[in-house]
Amino acid sequence: MNSFTGTTRLIRLALRRDRFVLAAWLLVLAGLLAMFTAMFVDSLPAQADVLRETRLMAGNAGFRMLSLASGASVGAYAMSRTWVTFALLAAVMSVLCVVRHTRQNEETGRAELLGAGVVGPAAGLTAAVVVALGANVALAPLLGLAMIVGGQPVAGSLAAGASIAAVGAAFTGVAALTSQLSRSARGATGLATAALAVAFLVSGVGNMLGGVDAGGTVAFSAWPSWLSPIGWGYEMRPFGGDHWWLLGLFAAFTGVLLATAGRLAVRRDLGAGALPERTGRAEASAALRGPFGLAWRLQRPAFLGWLVALAGFGLIFGSVSKSARTMGGSAREMYERTLGTGQMLDAWFTMLIVMGGIAVSIYVVQALLRMREEEARGRLEPILSSAVGRTRWVLSFVLTTALGGTVLLLVFATAVALTAGLALGDSSGLLLDLNAAALAELPAVLVIAGLVVALFAVLPRRAVPVAWVVLGVAVLLSPLFDLDVSQWLADASPFAHQKAPAQEIGMVAVVALLGAAATLVAAGLAWFRRRDLSAG
Amino acid sequence: MLCVCHILVVYMIHTTCEVSKMTAAISVQGLDKSFGSKPALDGLDLTVAAGEVHGFLGPNGAGKTTTLRILLGLLRKDSGAATVLGMDPWRDAAALHRRLAFVPGDVSLWPNLTGGEVIDLLGALRGGLDRSRRADLIERFQLDPTKKCRAYSKGNRQKVALVAAFASAVDLYLLDEPTSGLDPLMMAVFQDVVREAHAGGGTILLSSHILSEVEALCDHLTIIRAGRTADTGAFEDLRHLTRTTVVVETAEPIDSLAWLPGVHDATIERNRAEFSVGHADLNGVLEHLVGLGITTLTTSPPTLEELFLRHYADTSVTQLEADLERVA
Repeated sequence: MNSFTGTTRLIRLALRRDRFVLAAWLLVLAGLLAMFTAMFVDSLPAQADVLRETRLMAGNAGFRMLSLASGASVGAYAMSRTWVTFALLAAVMSVLCVVRHTRQNEETGRAELLGAGVVGPAAGLTAAVVVALGANVALAPLLGLAMIVGGQPVAGSLAAGASIAAVGAAFTGVAALTSQLSRSARGATGLATAALAVAFLVSGVGNMLGGVDAGGTVAFSAWPSWLSPIGWGYEMRPFGGDHWWLLGLFAAFTGVLLATAGRLAVRRDLGAGALPERTGRAEASAALRGPFGLAWRLQRPAFLGWLVALAGFGLIFGSVSKSARTMGGSAREMYERTLGTGQMLDAWFTMLIVMGGIAVSIYVVQALLRMREEEARGRLEPILSSAVGRTRWVLSFVLTTALGGTVLLLVFATAVALTAGLALGDSSGLLLDLNAAALAELPAVLVIAGLVVALFAVLPRRAVPVAWVVLGVAVLLSPLFDLDVSQWLADASPFAHQKAPAQEIGMVAVVALLGAAATLVAAGLAWFRRRDLSAG
Repeated sequence: MLCVCHILVVYMIHTTCEVSKMTAAISVQGLDKSFGSKPALDGLDLTVAAGEVHGFLGPNGAGKTTTLRILLGLLRKDSGAATVLGMDPWRDAAALHRRLAFVPGDVSLWPNLTGGEVIDLLGALRGGLDRSRRADLIERFQLDPTKKCRAYSKGNRQKVALVAAFASAVDLYLLDEPTSGLDPLMMAVFQDVVREAHAGGGTILLSSHILSEVEALCDHLTIIRAGRTADTGAFEDLRHLTRTTVVVETAEPIDSLAWLPGVHDATIERNRAEFSVGHADLNGVLEHLVGLGITTLTTSPPTLEELFLRHYADTSVTQLEADLERVA
């Protein structure tokens, strides 16, 4: 028996457990890319359109945060609009897969059961990594195919798929390592996600600090991009050079991480982490002694993480506001079309506020889905066996989350206002205006919160995936993505109704969205009070 | 005159009902609950009088946990009646829960909270706990309250739930296999704690697989099988329904006993016989043996295990027959 004995059998077990989850990930990602490609082909009929839109993406520092234009073709344009979203999703798929089959197995005691069989010490980790890498290897040609059927060149399409899957592979390595470091599945996922956020931020800053070539259609990045696997992915430039050699860099990076993780896995005890376990208070503080205290305590780590992230993003975005003022040409046209203003600075701030609202919505979904986790893991039972009723328990989550979301939005707006004021040399009223705009964006976030509560009540077993899909659709339909869809569909997104500071704050929309949010929460509560608790 | 009698009778019936209602901590009649098409409870009856320590026995999957969850208002009954401390467990959940404490069988705790924090949290959610009682129980259960819950073993998680439950003085304790992870020393502590709660006037419903524990603690018993009450009553009364084991030696050789009514499982070696006999037929059998000249005689009362296995064995046979029928 060696370290890897039993790996094949564990791979089969992991595939059996994941047969629906991974298949759904692959099909949804490929389906979305095919849809987007078709949409861009449709909306950019002439080369002049492609040229105009590409110059818009390449020339503006704010857009470069999320893209790296690689020439005036429909394929390259589609990539500059969507590449980073797909790369982030592939990374999330890989992280969840690795943690599910490593640290989560240890936490639940399944690894103990398996380890008592003829199974080597590295088999569990190896199986998880093989399955995650396998998913990425399957993802690459599927994504390529999705663009090929959209009529794009074969070589570029395959490079696109490979560059996205390569990011997934890199974060397979990251998750393999964090699974060895943290003692809990939640901690391992959190560390890997934090690494993903840093990689995203670093590559975004690198792109922003870069510039654009003489033709205005190819953006280039500055040195920070090379510190991040997401930056390497951008540099593969599908449809704009297809730099396949960068896969070597990905392979080396992933290889080093996997080797390190493997060494740790073989040497450490089952269930142990590299980070030591601390003891805590013997008695609960006064703040913890109630459902609200518990709800806050459960979401505090996520809240603090988002607080740091949003303050950081806010400061960075604010500092590049100056280039927005001089925006002209196609960027101006786009903003005039979507936001109805000729004031480019206001348009830029409006985009930032909508983006902040979307980021805070992610936090809200995360925090409220914790309710389902509490129920599924059997921790809701002791709470509801006490004098706390169902309504009070749900409200403890809803109110702490709403409060946390409000604070996050205001912090983001304040951070943007601070550096924007410095960059523009004129901060008069900016702090007040942006915070007011942030508050006006809050009702949209609360509608998302209401949707999650209703889903948790009505579809407890499906609430987690459905909630994320609902949020994804709402984000896609928001003004941020400027999709060419019919008006009623665009209006279905809660994020479509507030365009401050570009426009006056619409009080009708505020009241209507607050009403919708309250109705959803009330309906969810009424339903939850009638249903049985359902475990795992 | 007739009229007066009638009124009197009605009054008596009425008061009897009132009394039984008042003294029943838990009263369940004809409880049904199914998950999808699979019935979990099928007309369950359960009555626990105030001040009882009531054992709740049944094989895995018989519906014990489902019953407790309905009594806690976590699941909604399909039909039938259930009252706990005179209240509707679904409608009056929050008010009812101030007066009861619950220990689940599979204790799942918040991994990043310490045991001490969880005890205080659960106590506070119920409306406060007795600080000195808390300290005393932590000491007796030898629990380290500063450890994070993710570091606790199953037994230690169970101790956290037990301390949280017994640190508040409530009227009713619902315990769902509360000792399955405890070592024998801690089981003894648990039994003391239950006796103290009982002496303090508490009612206890103890669902358990550990027969010695039920035997040591419970004065009343309900056995459930496939979602239905198989047997219920005072422990002593239930014993009478089962057979006594007899070992006897006689002066004359014993030829056969099987022809005697009520004799089962007889093994005979010349002057020595071992058999079991139903309570009602014991006298007749002994009369016959006296005729043979008894030299030694030991009788053992039925154990809970026999009581339990009798119902359990029935289940297996019924199940087997059902399977055979389906195959045929």
